[in-house]
Amino acid sequence: MDFREFLKNNNVIVDGATGTELQKAGLQVGELPERWNITHPEVLINLHKAYYDAGSNIVSANTFGANSLRYNDKELEEVIACAINNVKKAKELSTGNQEKFIAVDIGPTGKLLEPYGDLKFEEAVEVFAKTVRLAVKYGADLLFIQTMNDSYETKACVLAAKENSNLPIFVSNAYNEDGKLMTGATPYTMACMLEGLGVDAIGANCSFGPKELEDVIQKLLEVSSLPVIFMPNAGIPKNENGMAVYDVSAKDFAESVSNMVGKGVRVAGGCCGTTPEYIKLLVDLVKDKPVSKVEYKGLTHICSNSKEARFGYKPLIIGERINPTGKKRFKQALIENDIGYILNEGLSQSECGADVLDVNVGIPDIDEKEVLPKTVQKLQEIIDLPLQLDTSNVEAMEKGLRIYNGKALINSVNGKKESMEAIFPLAKKYGGAIIALTLDENGIPNTPQGRYEIALKILEEAKKYGIKKEDIIFDTLCMTMSVDPEAGNKTLNALKLIKEKTGCNTSLGISNVSFGLPDRESVNAAFLTMALQNGLDAAIINPFSKGVMDSICSFNVEAGKESEEEYKKFITNIINKATNQGGNVANVKSLSDAIIIGLKDEAKQKTKELLATKSALDIINEEVIPALDEVGKKYENKTFYLPQLLISAEAAKQAFDAIKDSSSVKNSSVKCDFVIATVFGDIHDIGKNIVKLLLENYGFNVIDLGKDVPQRTIVDEVIKRHAPLCGLSALMTTTVPAMEETVAMLKKEAPWCKVVVGGAVLNESYAQKMGADKYAKDAMETVRYAEEIYSKLV
Amino acid sequence: MSEIFRAEFKDAPVNYNEIARYAGAKTIDSELKNLIDACLNEANNIGVLNFTLCFVKENIEVGEDTTNFAGFSLKSKNLAKVLNGTKEAVVFACTLGVGIDKLIRKYAEIQPSKALVLQGIGAERIESFIDYFCERYKKENGVSLTMRYSPGFGDLSLENQKKVFALLNPPKYIGVTLNDSLLMSPSKSVTGIIGIGGCDKKEDCTNCNLENCEYRK
Repeated sequence: MDFREFLKNNNVIVDGATGTELQKAGLQVGELPERWNITHPEVLINLHKAYYDAGSNIVSANTFGANSLRYNDKELEEVIACAINNVKKAKELSTGNQEKFIAVDIGPTGKLLEPYGDLKFEEAVEVFAKTVRLAVKYGADLLFIQTMNDSYETKACVLAAKENSNLPIFVSNAYNEDGKLMTGATPYTMACMLEGLGVDAIGANCSFGPKELEDVIQKLLEVSSLPVIFMPNAGIPKNENGMAVYDVSAKDFAESVSNMVGKGVRVAGGCCGTTPEYIKLLVDLVKDKPVSKVEYKGLTHICSNSKEARFGYKPLIIGERINPTGKKRFKQALIENDIGYILNEGLSQSECGADVLDVNVGIPDIDEKEVLPKTVQKLQEIIDLPLQLDTSNVEAMEKGLRIYNGKALINSVNGKKESMEAIFPLAKKYGGAIIALTLDENGIPNTPQGRYEIALKILEEAKKYGIKKEDIIFDTLCMTMSVDPEAGNKTLNALKLIKEKTGCNTSLGISNVSFGLPDRESVNAAFLTMALQNGLDAAIINPFSKGVMDSICSFNVEAGKESEEEYKKFITNIINKATNQGGNVANVKSLSDAIIIGLKDEAKQKTKELLATKSALDIINEEVIPALDEVGKKYENKTFYLPQLLISAEAAKQAFDAIKDSSSVKNSSVKCDFVIATVFGDIHDIGKNIVKLLLENYGFNVIDLGKDVPQRTIVDEVIKRHAPLCGLSALMTTTVPAMEETVAMLKKEAPWCKVVVGGAVLNESYAQKMGADKYAKDAMETVRYAEEIYSKLV
Repeated sequence: MSEIFRAEFKDAPVNYNEIARYAGAKTIDSELKNLIDACLNEANNIGVLNFTLCFVKENIEVGEDTTNFAGFSLKSKNLAKVLNGTKEAVVFACTLGVGIDKLIRKYAEIQPSKALVLQGIGAERIESFIDYFCERYKKENGVSLTMRYSPGFGDLSLENQKKVFALLNPPKYIGVTLNDSLLMSPSKSVTGIIGIGGCDKKEDCTNCNLENCEYRK
């Protein structure tokens, strides 16, 4: 029988533990269990047969750790071939008369993915792809992805499975005590992402006993439209005379697990510590349970690794600030690779209450298909909110969706054939909810009916790709009131009509309505309230705009979508933010005092005050630089230590930011370019970031290429800018060769450039040997050297 | 047959001086104290300072410059000296998890002073937790323990991480992975070996060749 057919109408019983059973048979700590497929086939065949005899429908081959990071290609093939063969033999020998299937078990690579580990996402995909191809070649009935404790690695594995086979895909994750995966994903985000990716069943295994995992399973049952898998351990191992003894008996285990089958679980089995006896008892109890219907939940939701955003409950706030349109500073940040600026825009919006962040990096001077995925990765590294990828560049969209950890919001598709043909296959493959604009080849219809008809066309087409209507969110296009006084009404009427007739969720870019008008905030706020009243589910807005945020909060309270307590909290937050821009400024005498003590708010405030009477240049020369010098001296004399140096540097940065924000200054303080990077292979960048901060304070234009930067990239940047200074950092002995190569290339191709090196593993003589111009033991020394070189330039 | 065990702890006393030391400061003024408190609060609020450990007890054979156990051999005079006279050892791997790394990454981009202090907190926390584990182990088993020794200490090369990983399988038990560079991810992770019985001495910096180490006590 076809496995997918079987799954439709039956409760499915999986086998129990393999690893702990092999240990009982003599597998030593430190030994690779998959080698036993070749060396001890009889042990494996007996174990698999015992599980089939106990009544398992699925028996997993002993392939948990069978991947190309642990085995070379030849051995990997042999291990997997033997593993599947062992299950086949067991299947033939078994006396059980149930339907029997063979799974290839795929466990984690054993490496953590970037950005927190060193395995690249695409490398992980390729590692899994090799295992998947062998599973197909040797005749597995399904792929069972198990015990993954990282959502990102899970996604890599699912993509590999989809790209290399048509086999059913089961995904079961290992949750921690806090009900989350090790890297922070929740049952909600896992369900959201995995359904988006189109797997066949999702669930939880390993970690704990059945009782401890119940909560996770309940959550999965609550949101999942897919069959749910439950395979707990036989409890938690207790140390009894040096032996691990699992503390849940077969009877208790079978009762707890079958109980969950009664509550909707469709695939049940066991993990560590369970034996054929556990499975036998489970089979007996599940026999009497009904086969629960897997209900379609019809949720419209997106997620990051750890946060889910659900449409149709409370209106979602999609922050629009990560977008260069009309923002000079933002464009500059993109060109200069100033990711810190972009991250700050993201973090601030998050603090102001955004639920989702729109990400648009489209400017003519950059290669969007490189920059969008990179920006997505950087944002996901430090911000938890789900993202809306906003680009018309299809290649950039694909790369962004592929690298995205979670299920993204796609901005956007429209009724044009070309658009739908480009976007729908991406949404199908990578998962994603899609913002659909009601326009087509003939433009934007002037009537609500016209826009509704386009909506129908989009839904019709989406269906052909297997995309459900819940994943389509309509944007009826907000036009500016300054051109057409009826624009607002038309948009809202179309919104209402489409929502009522299709049942789909809606979104609008609110601020378009006021384009070209004065006092845009009031116009936007009023329009937003009207849109919400007409059923708007998500608003793309500026979360820094108090008027707009207030109107969404008021609406939520007045429409009964929010508790008053929540509302008060929210408003207090916003008010604090608004009034705190001056801040609780302590009484310090001067800007330089504020910097030396390290008081950020005060430094900003004092700078603002000074700007009324002094030129920017005077402030920098008379207040900021002397203060920095004093701090630097204290550091060099060891009366200040690194944390104090940094606290002061950050206060000075606030002063510089205040100066930059005032329009009176145009690069008045920029000395010269300083290209800086952590070398290839090295991911440690705290030291480099400290040097960058100090150099910027001293007026250098720092081009920060980031960490793990290839030699060629550094050299090219130095040549492009004819930069007189370049700083390289390395923390590990293993990455010093990369530094040496970079220095050699710089000396050859950019002989004018002075190269400063630093980092924990370096010293003076090492630096000399590799041909660097300077070894700097710390950030202050780098600053002093840069000043020295700069003074010779001018 | 030896077994691998897993343990989790949430509380161990905080040592501010150690945090400051790891962050590169010899004294703590009020600004630094405030910063440390702010960082501790933030890290605790999002629950990223919890500790997970896995360990195995093995019989060991200590020679002059080698220590053998479970089919592995560690070559190091310094380690052999530490383990001298012991017949059993605890081999462990432990971590604070990936959450603290995330927080450090965030502040590395927007406020390096906090990143620096959080690094210090991470280092202090994991060491304090291991101390806590050792104290508990001693009490529960009525034994003394030697100082702990990790790959990368003295003449025990970092290459030996591979052996510790082969023995303990930390990716499976506690989610700690070994990078190609032989450093671990999450970054606030420690592996090591502790002799059971033998000389109960705290860290002994004299048994290390790095005379200019800034952390030398």
